[in-house]
Amino acid sequence: MGLERRIRVLVAKPGLDGHDRGAKVMVRALRDAGMEVIYTGIRQTPEQVVEAAVQEDVDVVGLSILSGAHMTLFPKIMRLLKERGMGDVLVIGGGIIPEEDLLALKQAGIAEVFGPGTPIQTIVKYINENVHMKKEL
Amino acid sequence: MFDKQKLTSIVKEQERWERETLNKTLARFPERQPEFTTVSGMPIQRLYTPMDVEDLDYARDLGFPGEFPFTRGVYATVYRGRLWTMRQYAGFGTAEESNQRYKYLLEQGQTGLSVAFDLPTQIGYDSDHSIASGEVGRVGVPVSSLRDVEVLFDGIPLDKVSTSMTINSTAPQVLAMYFALAEKQGVPLSKVAGTVQNDILKEHVARGTYIYPPEASMRLAVDIIEYCQKNAPRFNAISVSGYHMREAGATAVQELAFTLANGIAYVEAALKRGLPIDDFAPRVSFFFACHNDFFEEIAKFRAARRLWAKIMKERFGARDSSSMLLRYHVQTSGCTLTAQQPYNNIVRVTMQALAAVLGGAQSLHTNSFDEALALPSETAVITALRTQQIIAHESGVTNTVDPLAGSFFVESLTNKIEEEAMEYIQKVDAMGGAMAAIQRGFYQKQIADSAYEYQKDVEGKKRIVVGINEFITEAKVPIKLLKVDPETEKRQVERLRRVRAERDGKKVKEALEKLRKAAEGYDNLMPFMLEAVKAYATNGEVSDTLREVFGEYKAETIV
Repeated sequence: MGLERRIRVLVAKPGLDGHDRGAKVMVRALRDAGMEVIYTGIRQTPEQVVEAAVQEDVDVVGLSILSGAHMTLFPKIMRLLKERGMGDVLVIGGGIIPEEDLLALKQAGIAEVFGPGTPIQTIVKYINENVHMKKEL
Repeated sequence: MFDKQKLTSIVKEQERWERETLNKTLARFPERQPEFTTVSGMPIQRLYTPMDVEDLDYARDLGFPGEFPFTRGVYATVYRGRLWTMRQYAGFGTAEESNQRYKYLLEQGQTGLSVAFDLPTQIGYDSDHSIASGEVGRVGVPVSSLRDVEVLFDGIPLDKVSTSMTINSTAPQVLAMYFALAEKQGVPLSKVAGTVQNDILKEHVARGTYIYPPEASMRLAVDIIEYCQKNAPRFNAISVSGYHMREAGATAVQELAFTLANGIAYVEAALKRGLPIDDFAPRVSFFFACHNDFFEEIAKFRAARRLWAKIMKERFGARDSSSMLLRYHVQTSGCTLTAQQPYNNIVRVTMQALAAVLGGAQSLHTNSFDEALALPSETAVITALRTQQIIAHESGVTNTVDPLAGSFFVESLTNKIEEEAMEYIQKVDAMGGAMAAIQRGFYQKQIADSAYEYQKDVEGKKRIVVGINEFITEAKVPIKLLKVDPETEKRQVERLRRVRAERDGKKVKEALEKLRKAAEGYDNLMPFMLEAVKAYATNGEVSDTLREVFGEYKAETIV
C-alpha cells in the first residue's frame, strides 16, 4: 500500500441563502485537518452541487443550509448523486435544521446532520471514521 | 479635560499603588489569564484612569447631544423625549399569515414594522419559479406582485406606521409596490415613513442576495435615494448595514469601518448623480449589530456617531446638521445565540439590547431565543419584545442621556475604536473605495479571517460560550417551534397565477417595455417601476427585464 489518498470534500451551499460563515469556517477547518476541500460558493442549485461533486471526484459532500429549504433540496441532491453513480459518497449536512426533520433526511441518505454549536473536531472525526475511500493510490 | 498638575500626581499615585497594593495582590492571586480582550480581540487594560483620556476635550470630542460631533446622541433629549422604535423583523408563510403577525405585534405595543421577505423575493424570482421551490415563505414573506403587498398591509394604514423593509437587489420593485399601495390607500407619499435597506454593497460581502453587476446595482440604489428625496421625504432611502458583515464574522471595528466606507461610497454616488449633499444625506440611515461584549458595543455606537459626523462635515462639506446624524437601527446578534440550552439566549439578548440602548440606538430588534433552531415562534417573539419594554420602562437607563460618558474606560475604548476604524477606511480609500475593495475581496478575506479566529478560540476554549464549550448539559428543553405550513407555497403560487390571469396583459407588456428602454438609458427607473407594478407586473418579470439589460453578477468566492 502506498500513500493514502487525501480525503476530498465538497462543501456546498444549496438554496438561496447567503449565510456562509459556517461553510467557510468548515472549509478552512477541514483543510487544516489535512483534507482537500472545494467550496462551491453560495446559491447553488442541486444540479450544480452534484455536477461539482462529480467533476471534483469527491469522497464527501458537506451541505450547509440556513434557509429552511433542506427538505426540498437535500433529497433532490441525494437522488441526483445516485443517478450520477455517486451513491457511495458520504453526505453530511449542517445549518438550521429542526430535529423533527432529521429522520426523513437520514432516510433520504444524508448520513448525519450537525447543528449549530457542533465542535469542528466532532465533524472531522466523523468524516475520518465514516468516509468510504473510493480509491487508494 | 484634566488639570496637568493633577495628572502628574495621578501618575505618581498610580506608580505607588502598583508597588504597594497591586503587586502584593498579584503575588498572592495571579490574574485569571495573561491578557484580557474584547470579543473582537481588542486588548483591555486592568484599569483605566484619567491618563487614558488625557487628551479628551469635552467640547471637541463629546459636546452636547443633538450637536456636533453627536458622540452623546443625535437628539438633545434622546430617550427622555421619545423611546427608540421597537421593531421586530418578521415575515413568513404567506402575506395573510405575516399580516396577522404584524397586527399582533402592533397590538402588543410594537411601534414600527419590519418586513422580512423570502429569498426568491429578495433575488427577483416569482414564487412559481423553479429555483424558488422549497424557499417560498421560509425566511420571510413572499412578494411577487402588488396583490401580495395589498394583503400584507391589509388593515394597516400606511400613514400610521413606519415600515422597514429588508430588501436590496429588488428594493426598487418592492418599494414601488409599497408606494403604489399608499396611493391606493389615499396616503400621500409625503406622509409615508419607513426605511428601505437598499444596501447592495454589503450583499456582495455577506448575505449574498445580489442580482446585477455592482455598477448597475449602484445606479438602482441611487435611483431610490433620488426618488425618495424628491417624493417621499420621510422615507429613509437607504440603511447602510454592518449587521450582516458582523454576523459573517467581522470584528466590531471591521463592522464599523466597512459600513461607513460603504456609506461613503453611496454618498459619492449620489453626489455624482448631481444631488446636493444636504438634500439627501439626512435620509441616509444605518444598521448595526449588537454583539456580546457590552462596553465594546457601547463604545462602537458612540464612535460611529462621531466618526460619521466628521466624515460628513469634513470630507463632504455638509452644512445641515441633520446630514451629519448617524441614525441607526440595531439588531441583537443572531450568531451569538445557541441551539443548546435555548433559554439562555433570553439573557444574551437582554444584555445586547441593554448595550444598544446605552449606546443610543433609534430603533431596535431583539432576537427571539429559539432562532438557532427555527423561525421565531409567537411566544419567543413576545419575550423578545417584552425585553425591550422592560429595559425601556423598568430599568431606569432611559432617564438620562448617554449615561456612560466620562467613564475613563468607555471614552478610551470609544477613541480606540474610532481610530482603528479610520485606519481601515483609509485602507479602503487607498484601494479606490468600497466597491473596488469589495471586488478585490478585501472585506471578505478580513471577515473570513476573523470568523475563523473566533471559531478557533471557541474550539480551544480561549473563549467560553456557555452551553457550547463549558457548562454543558445533555438534557433537552422541550420548546414549541414555529412550523411553516408546507401548503403555503401552493397557496402563494395560486394567488400569483390568479394575478397573472386577471391583469391587463397588454398594459404589463407596455410598462415592462418602457422600463427596458429606460434601463438602457440614464433615467431614474423608479417612475417606470411604479407604472409596471401598478399594472401588476410581477417582481420576477421586472427583475428579468433588468437582467436582460444589466446582466447577472457572478461573485467570486473568497474563503
